[in-house]
Amino acid sequence: MREVYFYGTCLVDLFFPDAGMAGIQLLRQAGVRVLFPEGQTCCGQPAYNCGYWEEAREVARTQVALFPQDLPVILPSGSCAGMMKVHYPELFHGQPDEAEVRAFSARVYELTQFLVDVLDVRLEDLGEPVKVTWHSSCHAVRDLGLKGEPQSLLGQLSNVELAPLTRESECCGFGGTFAVRHPEISGAMVCDKAADAEATGAAVILSTDGGCLLNVNGALEAKQSPLRVQHIAEFLWERTHAR
Amino acid sequence: MHAESEILFRDSAAKALLDPQLRANFRRAMDGLVAKRRAQFPDPKDLQDLRDLSTAIRSRSLLNLPALLEKLEKSCTKNGIKVHWAETCEQANELILGLLQARGAKHLVKGKSMVSEEMHLNAFLEAHGIEALESDLGEYIIQLDGETPSHIIMPAIHKNKDQIARQFSQKIKDAKYTEDVDELTAMARRVLRQKFLDADAGLSGVNFAVAETGTLCLVENEGNGRMSTHVPPLHIAVMGLEKVVATLEEVAPLYAILTRSATGQAVSTYFNLITGPRGNDEKDGPQEVHLVILDNGRSRIYADPQLRATLRCIRCGACMNHCPVYTRVGGHAYEAVYPGPIGKILTPQIEGVGVRHDLLHGSSLCGACAEVCPVEIPIPDILVRLRREATHEDPSSNVVGKGTGRTASEDRAWRIWAGVLKRPAIYRLATWFATRFGWALPASAPLIKSWTQFRTKPVPARRSLSERMRAEGGRHD
Ligand code: SF4
Repeated sequence: MREVYFYGTCLVDLFFPDAGMAGIQLLRQAGVRVLFPEGQTCCGQPAYNCGYWEEAREVARTQVALFPQDLPVILPSGSCAGMMKVHYPELFHGQPDEAEVRAFSARVYELTQFLVDVLDVRLEDLGEPVKVTWHSSCHAVRDLGLKGEPQSLLGQLSNVELAPLTRESECCGFGGTFAVRHPEISGAMVCDKAADAEATGAAVILSTDGGCLLNVNGALEAKQSPLRVQHIAEFLWERTHAR
Repeated sequence: MHAESEILFRDSAAKALLDPQLRANFRRAMDGLVAKRRAQFPDPKDLQDLRDLSTAIRSRSLLNLPALLEKLEKSCTKNGIKVHWAETCEQANELILGLLQARGAKHLVKGKSMVSEEMHLNAFLEAHGIEALESDLGEYIIQLDGETPSHIIMPAIHKNKDQIARQFSQKIKDAKYTEDVDELTAMARRVLRQKFLDADAGLSGVNFAVAETGTLCLVENEGNGRMSTHVPPLHIAVMGLEKVVATLEEVAPLYAILTRSATGQAVSTYFNLITGPRGNDEKDGPQEVHLVILDNGRSRIYADPQLRATLRCIRCGACMNHCPVYTRVGGHAYEAVYPGPIGKILTPQIEGVGVRHDLLHGSSLCGACAEVCPVEIPIPDILVRLRREATHEDPSSNVVGKGTGRTASEDRAWRIWAGVLKRPAIYRLATWFATRFGWALPASAPLIKSWTQFRTKPVPARRSLSERMRAEGGRHD
């Protein structure tokens, strides 16, 4: 039986645990045994992005150590997967444990990437007809290099209509500390994103990333919009498992 | 807390965001440019091939920079172009003033040049009694109002047609009010034609300087560049020292990707190749041509292998056209000569990372800039590197102002952050509290307040994922 590690990420752990559970279930549904090591905290991205690389490394080291076996590491987040896959090698450049970290980075996948590119899953839609819209997280696409894997999974669901945003690939304004260091700019961005999503007439806006979801959800709630946000893993799981 | 003389991007950006006219002007203009660029690159593979080639050419030029500059000087000299070197903007200004004064020149007509903006040349010359008139239409428009460019390619893009119509009717002698673009252009042309004829010197920028042939390449759409460089008896060109390439062949792909990325044009209306002053048997052209090559911090940037990529820039402006921050706040909010993503990495490297620490953080690191940059400058990576430089005094680095953006409070915050996250037991305790009592955090706590200005307060789930996995039978598989 195929085995993988699952890395929850701090935002999913704290704000979207259902998305994490759903990701694990999707993998199990595809016949994969999922290992969830204890001791998971955060990939270290916030400190890395702010230039506090020693602090980021200290945390990253404890996380890498949780995944000793040569198994894929699956994350329900494009941004954290991008950090671990693309930026860890930079962060550990010239460090004594660089080789070990590089080997770890090579095993990292974002969830939909693994479901499509490695497992080539086939989904059967058991849900009612629904219209959704899609926000492509910047880091999932531009850092990690997702190539439409989430959309192709949604495309397998016969009762799901995908209504595109006018500016699908434009940043929602989260950017981690950016949202609180530059709240006015970040706020302008997320308000535009929320309005764009509402204009699609969709019932739910989906994404791969907890950061974007937290941000867009806050803006939608603030304007008391009926539109909901949902992590793609949770949406896929809800629609494909027999209750 | 921030460095004493820190310029706060946050404040000027917040002000700009409250101006609906400005936001509408930028959004409309940038959407247009984005669409035009996209239409020029229908095939992603062709685009990537051209980017790879352009990046390689610019990287190679920088790798051989000292040798190429030497060669450029030799070739230019052979062509009769006199080359001058300026380490600082002050030196460059003095040099140009000297050239003008020696010939008794009182009226300088200018083609578009961002380097001259960097030098604040106009103000300097005017203080010495020399008129410096901008002849690029956009530059002319903002000069009338005493403004600075808000975009490196389209300096007056923050204004719409109505605003320009009002401005012309007030500021141009005998002008009548019209909103007709052709009539407005004709009005400016009438003024400028006479200025070209009256000028005793012309100044231009340089898009590419060819080392092998000593050719100065100038890309433009209005013909004012050609007029400024050919009509007056004296032509002075200014360039940053990174603008050199080895051969004319290398210019072709750079030109192709520059005009497409910048304005979505397959070719520009004018492409001037300047090879020297008027020859004995020639009827037009200047009698003298000078080239001023400016350093202003560039050789320091050049010395750092990662930061050197900043100098690959061909000033197309695509990064700002695609930037979600720039398109909302416009160019003036950056309070810098170069706005947008390229300005965000260039300005702090010239002025100091401490005084521009806030600007370095005015990015969500979304990467839209790097995605379109024709020479693949990794702008987000450089931003992160400069954020580090601002807060850490690395002895091996030559970045200006390194470590001066460091504050005790931020240091402490990251130490605590790491202290919690590298100890799973403490993290577990923290999340336990957050899930049970996170809802009780007051919305007025500083960080939360920044967030809730536009959003509801984020509320942690009742039970974390780790907790649920732990509960799932004690096994973690
Ligand atoms: S950084 Fe790249 S996209 Fe921006 S102006 Fe320079 S060349 Fe153009």
